[in-house]
Amino acid sequence: MKATFRIGGVHPHDNKQYSVHQPITECPLPAKAIIPLVQHIGAPAQAVVEKGQKVKVGELIAKAGGFVSANIHAPFSGTITKIDTTIDAWGMKMPAIFMDVEGDEWLETIDRSKDIVRKLDYDPKAIIDKVQEAGIVGLGGACFPTHVKLLPPPGKTAEVLIVNGVECEPYLTCDHQLMLEHGEEIIIGIQLLMRALNIEKAIIGIEANKPDAIKHMTALASKVLGIEVKALKLKYPQGGEKQLIDACIRRQVPSGALPIEVGAVVDNVATIYAVYEAVQKNKPLISRVMTVTGKSLAKPGNYDVRFGTPLTEVVALAGGVPEDTGKVIGGGPMMGRAMSNIDMPSNKRVSGLLFLPEAESLRQEITNCVRCGKCIGACPMGLEPWLLSKQAWHSMWDEMEDHNIMDCIECGCCQFTCPSHLPLLDYVRMGKAKVGGIIRARQAANK
Amino acid sequence: MKQLIVSPAPHFHSGDSVRKNMLLVIIALLPAYAVSVWQFGWGAFITTAISVAACVLFEWLIAKYILKQKSTIGDLSAVLTGLLLAFNLPSNLPWWIVIIGALVAIGVAKMSFGGLGQNIFNPALVGRVFLLISFPAQMTTWPVPQGFATSYVDAATGATPLAAMKVALTGSDSMMSAVPEMWDILIGKMGGSLGEVSALLLLAGGIFLIATRVITWHIPVSIMATVALFAAVTGWAGMLPESVCTGEYVMLSLCTGGMMLGAWFMATDYVTSPMSNWGKIIFGVGIGVIVMVIRTWGAYPEGMSFAILIMNACAPLLNLIRPKRFGEKKKA
Repeated sequence: MKATFRIGGVHPHDNKQYSVHQPITECPLPAKAIIPLVQHIGAPAQAVVEKGQKVKVGELIAKAGGFVSANIHAPFSGTITKIDTTIDAWGMKMPAIFMDVEGDEWLETIDRSKDIVRKLDYDPKAIIDKVQEAGIVGLGGACFPTHVKLLPPPGKTAEVLIVNGVECEPYLTCDHQLMLEHGEEIIIGIQLLMRALNIEKAIIGIEANKPDAIKHMTALASKVLGIEVKALKLKYPQGGEKQLIDACIRRQVPSGALPIEVGAVVDNVATIYAVYEAVQKNKPLISRVMTVTGKSLAKPGNYDVRFGTPLTEVVALAGGVPEDTGKVIGGGPMMGRAMSNIDMPSNKRVSGLLFLPEAESLRQEITNCVRCGKCIGACPMGLEPWLLSKQAWHSMWDEMEDHNIMDCIECGCCQFTCPSHLPLLDYVRMGKAKVGGIIRARQAANK
Repeated sequence: MKQLIVSPAPHFHSGDSVRKNMLLVIIALLPAYAVSVWQFGWGAFITTAISVAACVLFEWLIAKYILKQKSTIGDLSAVLTGLLLAFNLPSNLPWWIVIIGALVAIGVAKMSFGGLGQNIFNPALVGRVFLLISFPAQMTTWPVPQGFATSYVDAATGATPLAAMKVALTGSDSMMSAVPEMWDILIGKMGGSLGEVSALLLLAGGIFLIATRVITWHIPVSIMATVALFAAVTGWAGMLPESVCTGEYVMLSLCTGGMMLGAWFMATDYVTSPMSNWGKIIFGVGIGVIVMVIRTWGAYPEGMSFAILIMNACAPLLNLIRPKRFGEKKKA
């Protein structure tokens, strides 16, 4: 029996056939780029360049706005044209640096060769500094600054690094392809993080629908002491941090706590590849692999896209917007966000672009709740979505808090499984925002 | 470019629907229904056709003329209610009694609460129990299974195995000879409500429902485990007549009367059963205990309908049981 998390979960069709095993292709450079200054959780980055300034690829253009924030480096060489507000891929207004792309001139300190640097000669502090300097954030979707996770709060110690190679979102294949093409670099990145955290154990969790990645990573990991590959049973949302920890080491992170509470640090394979590049190649985080996919797309595939590239250019590379498109999703279909247009620039958060045909874009007509309890069975956090949605409808905020609304990870299992097509998560999300606000106000008042 | 559709995640659905679940339950009932027609002939067919047609008609009429809302007959729940009601009736029940049952089931038990998903009690069972109390003679006259030789109006009638057992339990041991052989019970060659006779195929239908994820194991398994345990304890306590061994009594308790139909198809009704796993287990244990208490000491030979209806009333209370939260520690 393969391991998996113990509560809830659903089995959506994975639909990875469109882009699976497509080699990672570099996206051509655009003529103009817009680099948003909020590409992570935490404070916005502060621009450190001026209008008219010339920059090279890899140069720092915006500095982290606090401890929980991340540096942003120039993904292109060229001239800064203005620092203004833009609308990012999610439709949010935010500050951004606009630039004209001229040539492709890199900083000399960056090692651009294809050779793998295997020598490990950094101490923990140097590794963490490099990760922080390179602006690395969790590329699995949350975009939490990685260096913060590497510095456990006082009194807590890390015991095991859990590497997220699950990619449980349907359609997405970028992490899978990254493991196949850059497995060795990922193993080196894991060793770097193990050193930074001063731990001796790492577990790479990969779902059973990627047998070649499991085989490849197992072969590579067998040469290194302390790294184990764990094949996991196919089940969504296994890539959720708490679920993955439960699946890999059978420990459940308590409500409201961080993974470090049970001695775990979780990082995505793409993040770890970025750590390798930052430490061993001196290359900051300026691009990521994105899956561009969909049933009707001409050339679905996995593309290496520098941040700030207009998404239209990425789409053009994949064969253009299909005729029947109804919805474009940034990320996967379970947790990704629908975009109102695709003229926006790519950023650290967008792990994929999914084109859904119009027929699959609309929700079905809702009917009465039949109390089947399938949402309870599906919820990986052990919540009662039907009840929470009713409480949100009736503005019963205290009751929602009492029923652990803040534990919800917004994975969408409840709504996915509901035979009455009720918008359960819409209500839960609304209630969660409201209850979160009430809790914060109460904490502020009690200080 | 044309306008894109925007909505919050998730953008993906399992494809499950109320109609699909209802259809799967109907499919799961068909093999057992085929046995009913084979055993009881035209009566089984006529009663079922009247019941289903009446239920659908009443739901449509009430939605259109009284509630003035969109018709919900497309979700097939009225078809299923009609089918289940018929399964709980003797195959020679006069047609007008069947129609009264359908009116009570749909009109009183379902639509007066607001339609699908709102009712407290299982509609088909409310219809059946109403008929049982109002027409006790017709509702407890069981045709002897003779295939298509069984006529709809003037069928030869006999006792059900449970009725025979009841008499045997209360002293006259000789009545045990009226209880059919185990194999006849399994294939449905016994008196009883038209749909409850084939224990084997009802069990197969229930397993089909678990395999297709329409229901979970919690309710049926907890009911049957409780019934088996109760029957075994009755045997060990020396309450059985000498001619019946404990094992036989356990099997008879599980396979006769409305046990299989009730445990797999009636108690598992989404709307009227609890939603969490522990709630479902307590619900099932409650049904098991009540049905055996009625069978052993009650005035009726069978108590499945009453047991389910009583526990239906407890479902809202059982819904207060919270599922185990992720990361929840056991209280010290």
